[in-house]
Amino acid sequence: MHSGTNVLDGAAAAMHLADYRAADIKQVPTRNGFGEGLIEAGNRNRDVIGICADLSESTRFEGFKKAHPSQYVEIGVAEQLLVAMAGGLASVGKIPWIASYAMFNPGRSWEQVRTIMALNETNVKIAGAHAGVSVGPDGATHQAIEDIAIMRVIPHMTVVVPCDSEQTKKATIALSERWGPTYLRFGREKSAVFTTGKTPFEVGVAQTLRKGGDVAIVACGILVYNALIAADQLAREDGIECRVVNNHTIKPMDQPAIVDAARACGAVVTVEEHQKHAGMGSRVAEILAQTFPVPIEFIGVEDRFGQSGDPVELIEYYGMGVGAIKDAARRAHKRKNASKD
Amino acid sequence: MQTLTPARRKELELKANDVRQGIIRSLVAAGSGHSAGPLDMSDVFAALYGYLMRHDPERPEWPDRDRLLLSCGHIAPVRYSAMANFGYFPVEELLTLRKFGSRLQGHPERVSLPSVETTSGPLGEGLAQGVGMALGAKMDDKDFRVWVVTSDAEHQCGLHWEAVMTAAKFKLDNLTCIIDRNFIQIDGSTEDIMPLEPLGEKYRAFNWEVFECDGNDVADFVAAAQRAQEVTGKPQVIVANTVPGKGVSYMEGDYTWHGKPPNAQQAEEALRELSAQRERILADA
Repeated sequence: MHSGTNVLDGAAAAMHLADYRAADIKQVPTRNGFGEGLIEAGNRNRDVIGICADLSESTRFEGFKKAHPSQYVEIGVAEQLLVAMAGGLASVGKIPWIASYAMFNPGRSWEQVRTIMALNETNVKIAGAHAGVSVGPDGATHQAIEDIAIMRVIPHMTVVVPCDSEQTKKATIALSERWGPTYLRFGREKSAVFTTGKTPFEVGVAQTLRKGGDVAIVACGILVYNALIAADQLAREDGIECRVVNNHTIKPMDQPAIVDAARACGAVVTVEEHQKHAGMGSRVAEILAQTFPVPIEFIGVEDRFGQSGDPVELIEYYGMGVGAIKDAARRAHKRKNASKD
Repeated sequence: MQTLTPARRKELELKANDVRQGIIRSLVAAGSGHSAGPLDMSDVFAALYGYLMRHDPERPEWPDRDRLLLSCGHIAPVRYSAMANFGYFPVEELLTLRKFGSRLQGHPERVSLPSVETTSGPLGEGLAQGVGMALGAKMDDKDFRVWVVTSDAEHQCGLHWEAVMTAAKFKLDNLTCIIDRNFIQIDGSTEDIMPLEPLGEKYRAFNWEVFECDGNDVADFVAAAQRAQEVTGKPQVIVANTVPGKGVSYMEGDYTWHGKPPNAQQAEEALRELSAQRERILADA
């Protein structure tokens, strides 16, 4: 059995990951990746524009504003307008990125998103910043943990939740060049950067970051890092080898990768910083229920709201820490073995 | 400024009459839909498609065409009838309104019928999209105009006023908003449900140029629209005062006709009245 002592072996090496077990791993907010990616997207195509609803610093629009002032528009605190106006700009050939906190856009603007972006099929890109409970001290009003649900349910929508700042940068560039209504979700706090410039990224293609045949941990967003750490510890402590899948594209989801992980491992844990209801894990369950049913455990928020606190403290309190992932993997493993008896 | 010649005026009045007859025929075939608003905006749509707008039914995707957005999507029958009567599709297609598989959806959908420019129906959203288009035109030095037709009651939506503020900020003089000021909404009079007056003053306070006209008089509307097009540095609004149900006597001024179609007998009566009006227009010197 693979001991997991050298993380650069196997899948991690193939994915050109940084040494994610290093104590001094680089910590950068995912939103920084959005800011950098948007500048590059604006360099590549002058039709890429940014529309800001009074959160230029928080959403990391500032660099784009400096680099591309003629491609940048400020409209104040008006999230419904943000979507509707972007729809108009897209219909005359622009590629608008609209950024606010995920709680307000798409939180406040959902009907405009459905009608003007999706039903009307316009090439508008939403950047949902400050998603998840890891926003921290701002509290529940600002902690979007329902956004994946309300976006993945809309036809034609692409939904991407990258795992670190490097991947957020790549996703921003890739999504700018890919036609269609899109939701890109990222967070506020610093988080480990474990992908590198060489790590591939393709919308709709899930990534196996760690090999293992006992349990598949299917994760998205910054919690992919927790999943990797949990997998290493489970190998050491319990001899359970987990496959870790970075399921960054929630829609269209990489169905073959999900089914393959379920077949290979026979048990699945899904991990997301979102309500368990109707999120990424629910989509995984929908796929597997119809194709290859296996025991599934869900890591996420259990049908409640967040609160103020330190981001790490909140991740732990709401059951999304490394320990909770390990427990869920153990349960899944046990259920798998029980069903064999 | 070119004024409407008597001949062009008569031509537009006849077109408006054709549009009204198309509305009645499509509504009775559909068996559901809105009557009062489409009828009262027939003169405005005839003037837009027949005189004011830069457009070409043979080239609906022409990049430099004026954009006409119908924000209050529920009055789609007037737009469909105008489009049919100005050559965008056969008039017979109006009879497919609201039917399965039709391009003429109950509320307009751009994906099935691109010339409607936007998918609309949820109220208060058209002007905001028009602001985006007008700003896009400015960014690319394009000289097309964006016309947005709105209902009066959708001025109760917050999003509309977000767009009003934004149009002024960006000095979108290539944007003209038209208000169907018929004073009715589903539940009654706009001034009882949620008062809008003084409506023009509100726009003035938001730094718009305001025009008012008789929305059921093509010449008066054309004159207001021409003055609006001469404004620089500011978006313009035309408050088009209309009589709900205009052209069909038993509907005129009655808010209960906001959201229902005529039955077969009522449609026959309406078409008889409209045909008589057509004869009178033709007879006018």
